[in-house]
Amino acid sequence: MSMEIPYIVEERPDTGLTNGKLGIWLFLASEVMLFGALFSTYIILRMGAPEWPHGELNVWLGMANTFILIASSVTMVMAWASLKLGDFGKHRLYLLGTFLLSAAFLVNKYFEYSSHWTRGELPSHSTFLAIYFTLTGLHGLHILGGMIVMAYFLGPGAKLYTKNPGQFTNRIEYTGLYWHFVDLVWIFLFPVLYLL
Amino acid sequence: MHSDQESIKKTIRAYWMIGAALFMFTAITVAVNQVHLAVPMAITVALIIAITKGSMVASVFMHLSHERKWIYGALILTVIGFIVLMTVPMFTMMDHIGTPIRVAAPAVEHGGH
Amino acid sequence: MHPGGGPAHAHGHDDHHELGFWRKYVFSIDHKVIGIQYTITGLLFLLFGFTLMMIMRWQLAYPGRPIPLIGMWLGQDRAPMGIMLPEFYNQLGAMHGTIMVFMGVVPLAVGGFGNFVMPLQIGAPDMAFPKLNMVSYWVYFLGGMTMLASFFPKGGAAQSGWTSYPPLAVIAPGQTMWLIGMVFLITSSLLGSVNFIVTIVQLRTKGLSWMRLPFFVWAQLVTAFLLLLAFPPLEAAGVLQLMDRLAGTSFFMPSGLVISGKPMLIAGNGNPLLWQHLFWFLAHPEVYVLILPAMGIVAEIIANNTRKPLWGYKALVYSVSFLGFMSFVVWAHHMYMTGMGTTMSAFFQTTTMIISVPSVVILTALLLSLWGASIRFNTPMLFALAFLPMFGIGGLTGLPLGLAPSDIHLHDTYYVIGHFHYVVAPGTIFALFAGVYYWFPKATGRKMNEMLGAIHFWGSFICINIVFMPMFIQGLGGMNRRMYDGGMQYAHNKELLKYNVIIGMAAWTLGLVQIPFIINFFASMKWGKVVDKNPWQATTLEWLAPSPPGHGNFVTAPVVYRGPYEYSVPGAATDFSPSFEEKA
Repeated sequence: MSMEIPYIVEERPDTGLTNGKLGIWLFLASEVMLFGALFSTYIILRMGAPEWPHGELNVWLGMANTFILIASSVTMVMAWASLKLGDFGKHRLYLLGTFLLSAAFLVNKYFEYSSHWTRGELPSHSTFLAIYFTLTGLHGLHILGGMIVMAYFLGPGAKLYTKNPGQFTNRIEYTGLYWHFVDLVWIFLFPVLYLL
Repeated sequence: MHSDQESIKKTIRAYWMIGAALFMFTAITVAVNQVHLAVPMAITVALIIAITKGSMVASVFMHLSHERKWIYGALILTVIGFIVLMTVPMFTMMDHIGTPIRVAAPAVEHGGH
Repeated sequence: MHPGGGPAHAHGHDDHHELGFWRKYVFSIDHKVIGIQYTITGLLFLLFGFTLMMIMRWQLAYPGRPIPLIGMWLGQDRAPMGIMLPEFYNQLGAMHGTIMVFMGVVPLAVGGFGNFVMPLQIGAPDMAFPKLNMVSYWVYFLGGMTMLASFFPKGGAAQSGWTSYPPLAVIAPGQTMWLIGMVFLITSSLLGSVNFIVTIVQLRTKGLSWMRLPFFVWAQLVTAFLLLLAFPPLEAAGVLQLMDRLAGTSFFMPSGLVISGKPMLIAGNGNPLLWQHLFWFLAHPEVYVLILPAMGIVAEIIANNTRKPLWGYKALVYSVSFLGFMSFVVWAHHMYMTGMGTTMSAFFQTTTMIISVPSVVILTALLLSLWGASIRFNTPMLFALAFLPMFGIGGLTGLPLGLAPSDIHLHDTYYVIGHFHYVVAPGTIFALFAGVYYWFPKATGRKMNEMLGAIHFWGSFICINIVFMPMFIQGLGGMNRRMYDGGMQYAHNKELLKYNVIIGMAAWTLGLVQIPFIINFFASMKWGKVVDKNPWQATTLEWLAPSPPGHGNFVTAPVVYRGPYEYSVPGAATDFSPSFEEKA
């Protein structure tokens, strides 16, 4: 046995897992707790507020962003499925699509944020705005992080496909899992912040 | 899991269908919001729809519906931790001794300090 | 030590180019190098945190007297004319706690011992994600440097306790850098915990089933889960507190706050208790992160030096798993005095009492392992044996704190300080010392000196008890913690303050007695007795690898044939049957 770490591409027989698959799920578990703390903050702050604002957020923009993110989840999973079918070209198309949809999401967020700022609605204004900016801000940072990873796999990281297609496919799968989680968080964020 | 073309193609069909379903539930959740339900009811309905959507993403897109025991185990622990974090601080604040003091927030123009 | 220098590497690859100095010793992805980096950095931070305490003890023993030796160097805003200012005392207190817990003990116990020993004990060539491992160390290093740097800006370092409670922490100086440092340290731990869990699950060698794992590995696995799930809420809370400080938000700032007669112009409606919940949600599992690796180390050393299998291996495994699980639902026993009603208070008292059971089971199993044993009193064993009664005292003194009626009197007194220090200082830190003496030969190929080890042990053991035992008396008498002069103005403290003198003297002697250890540690690297790969005649897998192990650890992948503690097997040729040898 040399210094090679096993189970990067093939699954370990008794656990049925690759290292990266277990690793990304554990990371997502920690992310659940991270966003969980912020949701708990939301609950406590709302309980302690004499009144909770309504109508300060643009529901239609939020809904549009929800559609955008769901669509990006579809394109992301298709990017991985294309690799499983051996179609590298389709994979790149879908991955690019995911990247562009995420950019659109962030552009919308930029418009939302700037409209708040110009009206003086800053995080310091109320606990509602504070938790709104923090939750969506942290979520937005996660989108940005995902975009950086996607850009890597569209760019220099794509070389791995020719060297080790199995490992590349796995990495796209893990990226997808992360991305679906980001979508999942927004599925809860949207109604909690914009609707309730 | 998927190893042959046929089963992958079937799963791809499922992905598109779930995507459409998610779109539909999003529209429903916004529509329900236009009906002004009482707050506890509104929260319940919104959470039910969100959990439905979330489960679809988790079980199909993230293929949790046929994952391994270790992943399930880690996630169950996480869900327990999540529920504890959501509920217990709230319970400690609802169950308090003494009379709460209510102070009106001072009028703040732009919230600076 | 030259971890790359052993004769071990197999030539299955063509990438056996010699790595340059930076890739070999600084930015290495080898778990052994990273483990040693964590160990040395952790030990240095322990020493620094200890020094902060020694300065605090001067102020408590002789309030208002100029600090000797270094007093004149501290500057006008810390100690004018060498006399400590209260603000500086508070900085010392907050940073002592932060540094010891987050930059000393955990990096040493998990980053140091976990990284170095665990992959060897499971027969793996390295961690599952070696590059992530390297990143974890350097992010830790950055966090540590941020914390150290926080002493220098105007206003000084964090001074609101290691617990950083708002509203004080939001308005006091020094917290911003503390919070940024914490974000780095937490990120490092999170990345590390993913690595540990995947490594233990996926890279166990052939034949190493779950119930054949050394208890040390079980302890590290549970610890990693605690770090993974409990740290994120504190990371979130840290960001929220940073926003309160920098962006003027009111996450934790209540309405109607008046400071020095002036009302605060903030939105209000925040909740200081929210911080406490998020902080303690981590900080309670954190204390189990402090103790579990130590229990693991002690278990290994006791099994080895009693020449017997550990008593109750299954009970140990179930207990440590149950302990980890329960640790998530006890946190508000740090918050009994916050106005909690009787229902929730009863809930937390119940869970706290329940969690003491697995701890007792583990301690009892380790104690029973001594029955009928052939004990070898080498230095690691001395420290491991001392751990048992010391942890016992620490644990028992936790009980009145875990019950609300008694906690009313003891909360925030020196009793609490005595309690938790007994668990962490003569508890965990002794176990860590034991680990250093025990695994030093594996890392360096040389043994540490026994005579210096004995001086280190006896000196530390005697002094540390003199430091912490009087604190129970002080606490029961009502002496509050975190008071820069010990609380001179309170009548009930008058009889208790005199203990501070003897505590101070014992603390400074304790510092002196670490010198033989430091000398031993470095001198033995060069002049220690050279040993072969299994100097302790131990049974676990790490002793199959060469001392020190080369890149890839094992020449061929080891196979495990039996349990981890098969000592004195009837009919065997020697008194130890290593798990990696086919014939008993």
